[in-house]
Amino acid sequence: MRRPFGSVVLDAAVRVLVPALMLYAVYVLAHGHYSPGGGFQAGAVLAVAMVLVPLVQGPRSKWGLGRRAAVILAGLGTLVFPGLGLLALLWGGNVLDYGALPFGLEGAAGRALATMLVETGVALAVMGVFVIFFELFETGEI
Amino acid sequence: MRAAGLVLLVLVGALFFYSSAELPPTGDPGSPPATHVSPRYIEAAYKETGTINLVTAVLADYRGYDTLGETVVIFTAGIAAILILAGLAERREEP
Repeated sequence: MRRPFGSVVLDAAVRVLVPALMLYAVYVLAHGHYSPGGGFQAGAVLAVAMVLVPLVQGPRSKWGLGRRAAVILAGLGTLVFPGLGLLALLWGGNVLDYGALPFGLEGAAGRALATMLVETGVALAVMGVFVIFFELFETGEI
Repeated sequence: MRAAGLVLLVLVGALFFYSSAELPPTGDPGSPPATHVSPRYIEAAYKETGTINLVTAVLADYRGYDTLGETVVIFTAGIAAILILAGLAERREEP
């Protein structure tokens, strides 16, 4: 992060925007139970935060997710959903029946927690795929 | 061939216009989509899922299977892109 950015304006803008974007992504994700928002939107905002610094600094930027980390995160995020579904199956419910998950919470509270986990997984998957596409087209080889 | 396509286009368009007259008016509480599962979602979603936002409740809980598929589609798109495009870049470097 010590290396100077392209210009003073870009430098200042990115330094202000990226932390705010990350916080806003978490807000959109966590507030999805109460207001418009959720995993897909949060993933898109988070991906912008991840992509903005390499976009300003160029391909040699040390900050941001690499392709490998993006693929791993996207895979893990995608696994959360079927993982929870199969976990419910193991604990005696139907597939994706969040009420059967072993959270130790009564009824609706457990389902709300499972919804939160699922949305987090979706956000990770969307962010990972966005970053994968950015990494692919950023290098200029294709 | 062109004429056949044009005739087909006009026929299907006429069918759409004819059937659109039978659609229920927007926001009609007596229309089939508003009388089947929607009242049940609106009445029971918070009690059953603990989620105030009905969109999230339907998306992640009632229709979780659909969203599972969507997530897998997005992931598959990313993996397919990386397999095809990264392979192209490597092949271009070889000669």
